[in-house]
Amino acid sequence: MAGSPTHEVRDFLRRRREQIAQRWADEPLFRAVFTVSRDEAVEAGKAVVDALAQVADAGRVEDPDAAGFTAVREQLARMGAARSRAGLSTAQVSSELATLRPPVENLLLSDLQEATDTHVRDCVTTLSVLMGTLRVVVMQTALSEGQALIDRQRLQLLEVATPVIKLWDGIVAVPLIGTLDSARSQVVMETLLESIVEQQARYAILDITGVPTVDSLVAQHLMKTVAAARLMGAECIVSGIRPAIAQTMVHLGLDLGTVVTRSSLADALGYVLHQLGVGIVTPGANGTVTR
Amino acid sequence: MHTAAGAQARLPIRSDMDLVWVRQHVRQAAAQLGFGLVDQTKLVTAASELARNTLVYGGGGTMDTEPVSEGGAQGLRLTFSDEGPGIADLDQALSDGFTSGGGLGMGLGGARRLVHDFAIESRPGAGTTVRVTSWVGRAPRPREES
Repeated sequence: MAGSPTHEVRDFLRRRREQIAQRWADEPLFRAVFTVSRDEAVEAGKAVVDALAQVADAGRVEDPDAAGFTAVREQLARMGAARSRAGLSTAQVSSELATLRPPVENLLLSDLQEATDTHVRDCVTTLSVLMGTLRVVVMQTALSEGQALIDRQRLQLLEVATPVIKLWDGIVAVPLIGTLDSARSQVVMETLLESIVEQQARYAILDITGVPTVDSLVAQHLMKTVAAARLMGAECIVSGIRPAIAQTMVHLGLDLGTVVTRSSLADALGYVLHQLGVGIVTPGANGTVTR
Repeated sequence: MHTAAGAQARLPIRSDMDLVWVRQHVRQAAAQLGFGLVDQTKLVTAASELARNTLVYGGGGTMDTEPVSEGGAQGLRLTFSDEGPGIADLDQALSDGFTSGGGLGMGLGGARRLVHDFAIESRPGAGTTVRVTSWVGRAPRPREES
């Protein structure tokens, strides 16, 4: 008589590898992912069947971390990602994965016609558990991909959002955009101080036009940055203080003290150019020069 | 961003990311109720201060927002609750320049000046609840000289 259900399922998967892969290739999930050739879909299907057989062989049908899944994890991730890109929600991808079970189950039932009812039931249950675990593996991969994406974007945001611009010889500006939390302001301070050295800047303009809220912590970060720049011999000007922000800062009791502030970046640049003794000359219509 | 719950909601305050969410939610709720830009900014800034206190000193908690009305006036009430160590000396905590954590010490007192109504309840060991309300179109409260 046949062995344990797990081994029965394993043998069945190995025996029917080709047929299962052929049937899967016609399911929406595989059809949608492998659009170029059906053979590719069949090959991918075989790889998944092999993985399932290996997991069954190890007797770990309930374990999404089973070693057998390692080989196909990347492929499953690609398939899940492709469906997400096509606009499917996680739940929809999950239900597409569910459609992979019935064809396999039908094959298994037709192979087990001679077996006792109990054995059939045990085998079908084992297969169901195994297919369920496969779904968990795909979902896990999808979630960790999402988390990795968020982490990458967070890092990107730290870098992208803090460019230091050279406005003139000896003048640099940082347009600050978005929330100025501790991590961001640390990056701002570092890049600003580095560029002060690099550009031999005597003036640095911190523009907060793009900062929606200035509370006491943001103000503290600004003042620390200003103080650090001052230690390096550069004077800081804070610009882009909008009327609503100005009123709020007064009520909050924040005083930027000795920091020079201007309402717009243009004003700040004008102030600095004046300090540097640079005049702006507008050529007149007939070639004369007016100051 | 969109908050489906509208002006009435409970937001968790567990991380820096939640502070961003708190600010956005308060700004949106205030705009919906018809607060002008200056009043929106004030309320958002007060919420930012109080939410950070909840996070840093209270070890995390929640913010509840609810629209309120009184004699035809519309307002927004924010309640920040935590179950942290509490504040032993409220007068000291509310005075400008006092900090137990390395900030500027302007948060609590500053937040009080940014809103119309301000109530704080705290007992050592029993957490802190701060309830603030601002009203649409009402003149800012006069500065108290202390």
